[in-house]
Amino acid sequence: MSALAEEIRRVLRDHARLPVDIDSIDDQTDLFRAGMSSHASVNVMLALEDAFDIEFPDSMLKRSVFESVAGIDAAVQELQKRAA
Amino acid sequence: MDLVDYDEIAEALRRGDRYLRRIYTDEELDVCGANPRLLAACFAAKEAAMKALSRTDQPIPWRSIELRMRPGSQPSLELTGAAASLAQERGVTGLSVSVTHGSHSAAAVVLASTGGLS
Repeated sequence: MSALAEEIRRVLRDHARLPVDIDSIDDQTDLFRAGMSSHASVNVMLALEDAFDIEFPDSMLKRSVFESVAGIDAAVQELQKRAA
Repeated sequence: MDLVDYDEIAEALRRGDRYLRRIYTDEELDVCGANPRLLAACFAAKEAAMKALSRTDQPIPWRSIELRMRPGSQPSLELTGAAASLAQERGVTGLSVSVTHGSHSAAAVVLASTGGLS
């Protein structure tokens, strides 16, 4: 697992309030169906911004960005690329 | 319908002003301040409205849906920007909202109307 994916999973463990262990779900699992609330996704977003020194623009404030580890990973990579 | 726990709001408030300015409009902040109970009601109303608008994967900033809670008036919703565009696309002509507070969470129900009776 990449360092990026590990950090994303740490943020999810600390802020997504999932009723299951983050290690028990794969990168494609729908986090909302797994029990992440809408507001928990906001807390995840804010924690990701702090962890990676990024800011999610309005154009990324959509369900698909936050619904899976893979979606978050792609979005963070995209924002890091833009900032480079 | 949406339900928001007060402790989720309290967690976000630890991020300070950045959280408040990303999610809530100036008018909402005038009314709610940093009160987790009132902010939870606002957030629940925003999410309930997105569901009522049948949002799929459009980017809808939370600030484009405003819960108005004026003293002596029923709460109402004001849409701007992307949320207003989505409502137009869906043929929604009106939204009605109801909010309630429990001991640990706030809930909101939003109904969308799409025109008169035929």
